[in-house]
Amino acid sequence: MDIFGIPLQAFLGQLLLGLVNGSFYAILSLGLAVIFGLLGIVNFAHGALYMMGAYVAWFAAEKLGLGFWWALLLAPLVVGALGVVVERTLLKRLYHIDPIYGLLLTFGLALIAEGIFRDQFGVSGQQYAVPELLQGATDLGFMVLPNYRAFVVFASLLVCLATWWLIERTRLGSYLRAGTENPKLVQAFGVNVPMMVMLTYGAGAGLAALAGVLAAPIIQITPLMGSNLIIVVFAVVVIGGMGSILGSIVTGLALGLVEGLTKVFYPEASSIVVFVIMAIVLMLRPAGLFGKEA
Amino acid sequence: MSTSASTGVTATTAEDRIKQLSRLAWLAGLAVLVAAPFIGLYPVFMMKALCYAIFACAFNLLLGYTGLLSFGHAAYLGAAAYFTGWLVKSAGLTPELGVLGGTLGAGLIGLVVGAIAIRRQGIYFAMITLAMAQMIYFVWLQAPFTGGEDGLQGVPRGKLFGLLPLDNDITLYFVVLAVFVAVFLFVIRVVHSPFGQVLKAIRENEPRAISLGYDVDRYKLLAFVLSTTLAGLAGSMKTLVLGFATLSDAHWSLSGEVVLMTLLGGMGTFAGPVVGAFTIIGLQNFLADRVGAWVTVIIGAIFVVCVIGFRRGFVGELLAWQRRRGKAE
Repeated sequence: MDIFGIPLQAFLGQLLLGLVNGSFYAILSLGLAVIFGLLGIVNFAHGALYMMGAYVAWFAAEKLGLGFWWALLLAPLVVGALGVVVERTLLKRLYHIDPIYGLLLTFGLALIAEGIFRDQFGVSGQQYAVPELLQGATDLGFMVLPNYRAFVVFASLLVCLATWWLIERTRLGSYLRAGTENPKLVQAFGVNVPMMVMLTYGAGAGLAALAGVLAAPIIQITPLMGSNLIIVVFAVVVIGGMGSILGSIVTGLALGLVEGLTKVFYPEASSIVVFVIMAIVLMLRPAGLFGKEA
Repeated sequence: MSTSASTGVTATTAEDRIKQLSRLAWLAGLAVLVAAPFIGLYPVFMMKALCYAIFACAFNLLLGYTGLLSFGHAAYLGAAAYFTGWLVKSAGLTPELGVLGGTLGAGLIGLVVGAIAIRRQGIYFAMITLAMAQMIYFVWLQAPFTGGEDGLQGVPRGKLFGLLPLDNDITLYFVVLAVFVAVFLFVIRVVHSPFGQVLKAIRENEPRAISLGYDVDRYKLLAFVLSTTLAGLAGSMKTLVLGFATLSDAHWSLSGEVVLMTLLGGMGTFAGPVVGAFTIIGLQNFLADRVGAWVTVIIGAIFVVCVIGFRRGFVGELLAWQRRRGKAE
């Protein structure tokens, strides 16, 4: 069976691949949006944190003998702790000045991380095995579904929705949203805002690391994997607008799908399609699909 | 400037003194640049640094005087590098036509990107320009005339106006120096023009500039096109000097470097970007075969230090120190 002259299996395979990429876009843009909301900083280092997550998983497997499921727990903790240190020592000095400095500082941090990892591991990629439980594929009749990829999409959705629930539906989340609106007032009500900001950055960093672990078995782990991705995620964030959590999730997944479709029908354009969409959205709706006009 | 004028005579004379000192410093700098090839400074290195100084001056027009952070300025340097390389090498044009073509081409791309990017402000502007630059990077990666991963190699320097052969490093050095001085003076002229004053007004308070009746978007777009055109000029000259145009000319890491040059030297000062460009290029040159991948780490660390505690940059700190001294007297 063919769709527009493309074998169904290849077509669905690309769609799934697009959905997997979209899951990473969703997790990363979600973290960016949450950090931006509370800290007013566009975290360029998000890509580097994602890269470090993948390396923690690889390191845990190679040197400590800890498997994928441990890495899923360990990487967000390690990288999140690093995020907390960065926030306490560096980022907190920037809250009162122009937000472009936050971007520049985190850009510098990303360069430092990338350089250190390149010095340690070189530019060639590391391999990471798919966990045993998720190896193989399931035949659905109309397509063969690789188990691990299905798991990535499922796990990412779960993480995204959990984050959404935490922010939109819990008391902690309401403090967070209030802190985004007016930190001084929230502080006056007795909420420890600096602590909340610190933990938010740590959690955002942890989310990025989690995405890194999920990505580790299906990509080459290289020091540059983060910066190449983060620029696409910036475009995703511009398209979606950073105002809405659900917006970032939907936009991330949708753009992954569009990218997958482009790979099927016009592969040459697949690396630029997200940027083209960004340009079109900016012409038609500058605030982004889910953004509020500032 | 209005505050210093209103606080009376001493402040004004202090500003005048700073202006005089700045002019003296520029003349001294120019003297060093003219003498450079004769006092043992390697001309190709000096030319490369001058090209990046042009690039940083162009960038400063946008960041320092209009308050717009373009995070994808390498796109225009890279575009012009490719255009000039192709025009000179494949189309066989003379270098000045190649440079003209490359510069205008970069300006044209700047016009398109600028029209899209100015639809958002602040941090979004930075992200959009970065994303658009990445898109252009991918276009170069796949376009048939750029040579893909290899780039355009062996671009001849040719004869300026068909007469003056540029193969001699010293000759080309003075051509590059002349272009640099022209750009430096041009930026000063633009900043001091009524147009430049409006740009500063936008930098200080965009809503107020709008309420005063200025069509802010048009001013921003024009500033963006000017800046990208000059960035293109830098890229074109760079291709002539080094004889190649590659993907690294259009890579985001170069976009970051030009931000750092401007920040380190002092954004919003005339000489700052030049000082910054020479510092960074000199540093990279010095470190290149000594520390390997640590160059990136060091550049990143300078970024962090500048942002945390050195936001005025070398020239900015110097000016601030002079102003404090002026007040103390």
